[in-house]
Amino acid sequence: MSAQAIYVLWLRDMKWFLRAKARIISTIVMPFLWLAILGMGLGAVTQIPGFGNYIDFLAPGIVGMAILFSATMSGVSVLWDKQFGFLKEILVAPVSRISIMLGKTFGGTTTSIIQGVMLLLVAGLIGAKMPGPAGFLLALLFMIVLAIGFVGLGLAIASRIEDPVAFPLVINFLIMPLFFLSGAIFPISMAPEWLRSISYINPVTYGVDGLRGVISGISEFPIWLDLVILGIFSLAMVLLGAYLFKRMSA
Amino acid sequence: MRAIVTNGITREFNGLTAVDHVDLQIEKGELFGLLGPNGAGKTTLIHMLCTILPPTEGTAKVAGFDVGKKPDSVRASIGIVFQDPSLDNRLTGKENLDFHGRVYGMSKTRREKRIDEVLKLVGLEDRANALVQTYSSGMRRRLEIARSFMHHPKIMFLDEPTLGLDPQTRRKIWEYIQMLNKQEKITILLTTHYMDEADYLCGRVGIIDHGRIIVLDKPKKLKDQLEGDIVSLEVPQPKKYAEIFRGRKYVKEVKIVGDYLYLTVTGGEKAVPKLIDIIARRGGKVRSVGCRSPTLEDVFIRYTGRGIREEEGGIKEQMRAHVRAHMR
Repeated sequence: MSAQAIYVLWLRDMKWFLRAKARIISTIVMPFLWLAILGMGLGAVTQIPGFGNYIDFLAPGIVGMAILFSATMSGVSVLWDKQFGFLKEILVAPVSRISIMLGKTFGGTTTSIIQGVMLLLVAGLIGAKMPGPAGFLLALLFMIVLAIGFVGLGLAIASRIEDPVAFPLVINFLIMPLFFLSGAIFPISMAPEWLRSISYINPVTYGVDGLRGVISGISEFPIWLDLVILGIFSLAMVLLGAYLFKRMSA
Repeated sequence: MRAIVTNGITREFNGLTAVDHVDLQIEKGELFGLLGPNGAGKTTLIHMLCTILPPTEGTAKVAGFDVGKKPDSVRASIGIVFQDPSLDNRLTGKENLDFHGRVYGMSKTRREKRIDEVLKLVGLEDRANALVQTYSSGMRRRLEIARSFMHHPKIMFLDEPTLGLDPQTRRKIWEYIQMLNKQEKITILLTTHYMDEADYLCGRVGIIDHGRIIVLDKPKKLKDQLEGDIVSLEVPQPKKYAEIFRGRKYVKEVKIVGDYLYLTVTGGEKAVPKLIDIIARRGGKVRSVGCRSPTLEDVFIRYTGRGIREEEGGIKEQMRAHVRAHMR
């Protein structure tokens, strides 16, 4: 493994991110709209036990959503590299595929977390409950673990797909249900039985629940359990991504 | 130790054999050319030698390392210019080189010095900090060449390095290639479908067609085999005259390509009037005449029965190219 290679792949993702102003804005605006419109629209008619305001309940869910989408979508960079031929330059370099995969994972994770944190601050501005410093650090930890897992999933999918246009379609098809069934917009404890059992096998549920626990102080499961389950999922995704990445040819 | 050795290396794509049991020995310091039409298997062979495509059969050693068993050692010893673009357009020229230097494990000081060196060499120092997006295709090619040797490889693969470039840029790139081979002592394997390129640059040329190396020698030796000049005659019904010419002593060989008769003739200039006369006496009309010393194209025609250039426009060829592009 080469630290230099991991670093330069990460650095390249950062440069792209900072140069693509439109991308930064759009990735913030979309979840912000969810937060503002759902928060205010549903907030007027929704009362969730334990939460003073619906937006306090919703904000951690939308932060989770921002991470979920941007992390999984970051895999598309592999497809653009394939399309533009740069992947050949990467694959022919004397560095292990694991280093490449890790560099990409850290890059995607960092950009996702920047977006997650920005969104959390925006949520605070529009009146959602904010965590204290310790809660904020724990929220950061949950964001990191959630992001790593879904960057891994995105890279795994990207290594099996050729078409950069098809990628977002596949991702949306997969991510949308995960998001809706994660308890991000409504509490799963109040959902019907069948929906609840699906939510329990959804890894995003534990990410959202953990974030909500450390941001608002109320969670369905113990926070350590959320972290353990999410951690296992993320590790599995990174291993899957690494395995599929290793078998990829340019 | 040889720079490149292949033993029966073969690659199939869904039943289509792109490279068919190729045995190749390239010595250290050689500038070796693989000449063949599009779809002959040149790129597939290069991809196997630079470890990004596993062979379906056979083995290859590059810089003394087996491509299947020691891919990392092979990768550290080689530099590549791919046929298709392989730059990051969203980074600057300098950033592309910096990326390369880092993944090849060059230290900061070495990297910075070398980046300035290679940029200067290919004349891109003024555009170093511009995004590659803004480069012309010739500039991109020059940047790719600069990148491919900045880590001091022992062996370089250049896959159609001048494809689609204007004559001036081609000349420049030829100069760089010769400089790399002579001054930096880099062994170079170059593929091309330009006869003049192979002829001008390469010490030895292997002619490849349908995945097989048909003939391999110094360009001069290959051309000398033809023993004579090449006369081309454009006539209606070339078949009719082919038989007649085959009977003449001074005609060594007759090939028909489209409406053209290609004759290998001793004493070409003197023979041309005689040949035209023979056609005229049988009521034929010669539309155009050419007489020249043999080129590698004629060598290719001799061994395959068709021209390199005529392949390019063919529907079948386009389909193969299409299939190849999607399999990469």
